[in-house]
Amino acid sequence: MDFGFKLNPSSAVNLDTVDRARYDRLVQLEPDALTCIGCGSCSATCTAAPWSGMSVRKVILGLQRGQDDEVDSMLSRCMLCGKCTMVCPRGINTRHLILTLCRLNRKGEIVR
Amino acid sequence: MRERFANHFDPFVIPFLVGMAFVLGYYLIGMIRVILQLPKADRKRFLLTLITPKYIWMNIRDIFLNCLIHVKLWKRNRVLGYMHSSIAFGWFMIILLGHLEVILFVPERIHLFYYPIFFNYFVAETEQTIQGSLLMFLMDFFLLMILSGIAIAIIKRFASRIVGMRRTTRLSLLDQVGLYSLWSIFPLRLLAESFTAHISGGSFLTIPANWIFRQFLGNDLNALPTWWAYSIALGVFMCVLPFTRYMHIPAEMLLIPMRNAGIRIRHPRKGFALLEVYSCPACGVCIDACPMSVRKVNCKDATVYLNRQLRRGNERRIEEISDKCLLCGKCTAVCQVGVQGPELRMAQRARRKYALSPSYSGINVRPMAAAVAHGAGGDSGGVLYFAGCMTKLTPSIRRATTSLLDKAGVRWQMMDPEEGLCCGRPLMMAGRSEQARELIAKNAEIIRASGCDTLLLSCPICYKIFKEEYRLDGIRVVHHSVFFEELIEAGRLKVRRNGDLKLVYHDPCELGRGCGVYEEPRKALAAAGELVEAGKHHAESICCGGSLGSLTLGFEQRRPMTQNALDNLTVADPDQIVTACPLCFSTFVHAADRPVRDIAEILDSQS
Repeated sequence: MDFGFKLNPSSAVNLDTVDRARYDRLVQLEPDALTCIGCGSCSATCTAAPWSGMSVRKVILGLQRGQDDEVDSMLSRCMLCGKCTMVCPRGINTRHLILTLCRLNRKGEIVR
Repeated sequence: MRERFANHFDPFVIPFLVGMAFVLGYYLIGMIRVILQLPKADRKRFLLTLITPKYIWMNIRDIFLNCLIHVKLWKRNRVLGYMHSSIAFGWFMIILLGHLEVILFVPERIHLFYYPIFFNYFVAETEQTIQGSLLMFLMDFFLLMILSGIAIAIIKRFASRIVGMRRTTRLSLLDQVGLYSLWSIFPLRLLAESFTAHISGGSFLTIPANWIFRQFLGNDLNALPTWWAYSIALGVFMCVLPFTRYMHIPAEMLLIPMRNAGIRIRHPRKGFALLEVYSCPACGVCIDACPMSVRKVNCKDATVYLNRQLRRGNERRIEEISDKCLLCGKCTAVCQVGVQGPELRMAQRARRKYALSPSYSGINVRPMAAAVAHGAGGDSGGVLYFAGCMTKLTPSIRRATTSLLDKAGVRWQMMDPEEGLCCGRPLMMAGRSEQARELIAKNAEIIRASGCDTLLLSCPICYKIFKEEYRLDGIRVVHHSVFFEELIEAGRLKVRRNGDLKLVYHDPCELGRGCGVYEEPRKALAAAGELVEAGKHHAESICCGGSLGSLTLGFEQRRPMTQNALDNLTVADPDQIVTACPLCFSTFVHAADRPVRDIAEILDSQS
């Protein structure tokens, strides 16, 4: 339909150098990640935390900030014990969130 | 005795022959494929058992008891047991007696494949001789037995509650074709034999039927169409058999020898797993058993549907069903064939590809190992208590256990007072067994450094993997419920019995079905209070819903399962619910309407 005018596409220039593809894909696959309030219960109960600094809260934060190396090093220490899921006040299935993250490469594609 | 036809043939046998050739060919090729798909070591082991006398006897006995008599089903439900064994055993006897008749009366025709099946059409036998009358009596007897089984089957199909099943499977189209052709085989056989009974002889069933039919159907022309119908029903049944649930009949005959040989599932679609999938009779017992079935949407996630989707190759559904399961193992406990649903799912999970694989090889366990070695004071022996990560959330279990150890005067030390590693079982359940092996190696290093002679665990999840996968050369692995029961038995732990305290014990999946520990916790609890049983207990106890086995079930979806398990536990109105697993404990404690306690807490408060 022609109204005689149109909306211009956004001309905003994104100066952010962070590639959030992995985070966006995660949110798509695990929408619950958006409900995280960053309370840190997961970090407090983590079995791996004392010797690796693993924290689901930091993983989600790190993904948004593009700290890919930190995220990967934290994820590679998770032992999937599932305590973070049990204590999450928002009921996020963090254990499955971690497994899903491990399936994504840095471009946010599921490896097959 | 005389043969009725000089050429020993009639075209009506062709449908039967076609069906028989097809099903035998299909089975033979399938059997060879399954054996070839086994890993080399497994294949060698299996083939060796086939020529070992001990295994041959075991295989014959198990095939007879399970495939023909259905002993397991009898123990579970007598009506269903009778239904299955009457059809299976009756049919087997009819085939056997048919061959016997041919061998006795016309041994020169034994090479004709169809002769034993259609004996009464080709050979006119008289019931005057003792041999003839006995065989004909037996034939009619077993036919009657099958017909009674078919009658129950028809009733069951339309009103499954009468035979004690709440839910049964929805049949696929081919399953229905197989079902109706199977139902029609035996009534048609009765008709066919009745129509020829005045020529070929018969017994208590066929002779009266023959007399009735002849009252209004005067001539013999009706005989041939019924024999045609009988043969066609047989042919149709055998032609659809490989694509229906009835494939379990031949598949189970290979499954039993393989299971006896100790073959395990290594790949979700190949070899032994393929055989298990085809051995599933789709009876649907696992639907009622599955703890997820309290939510109607999850009924389609029972093992029977996993098997169906694996046969169809529906990847999306296979993934979904595999990830959702709680791995409680109840479907295997109730399964008549023993299809290992959880193992199939774990094998499926293990096939998944990951971009990022955890690695624990960099963990430095030396400080942890040094701490336990120091704690033992250098001397060996004593108990090493591994509380496990789950007890970090339930410190009362940790406290009660250590307090009990002190009261009994056991020399002990803790493996993970501040920090510790996971046992590896959650990784195994998620299908990442390679990573689990790394953790196993690390933990084993710490345990060996401690020089203990007993490893005590208060978590059944840890207990299962320590018992099955760790190689701890000589160190005894024991669950705390068993250990404390032994201490009570030996008189080292004095427990006051409070007769007014009604306790119900919840069997944790990993301890009960997983490791077969049922009686020790009950004995220990009986020393502390009055023990009552839940509605479903022992091997049929219901998962608390908190299991780590499920990857995708969310908190909200688990809640009705927990509630259902609690309803089952409180049928006898106990004062307290007792369990022996920190995960069950923390799942129940938030949902129960009465106190939930660990077995160690009960014993500690009463000693």
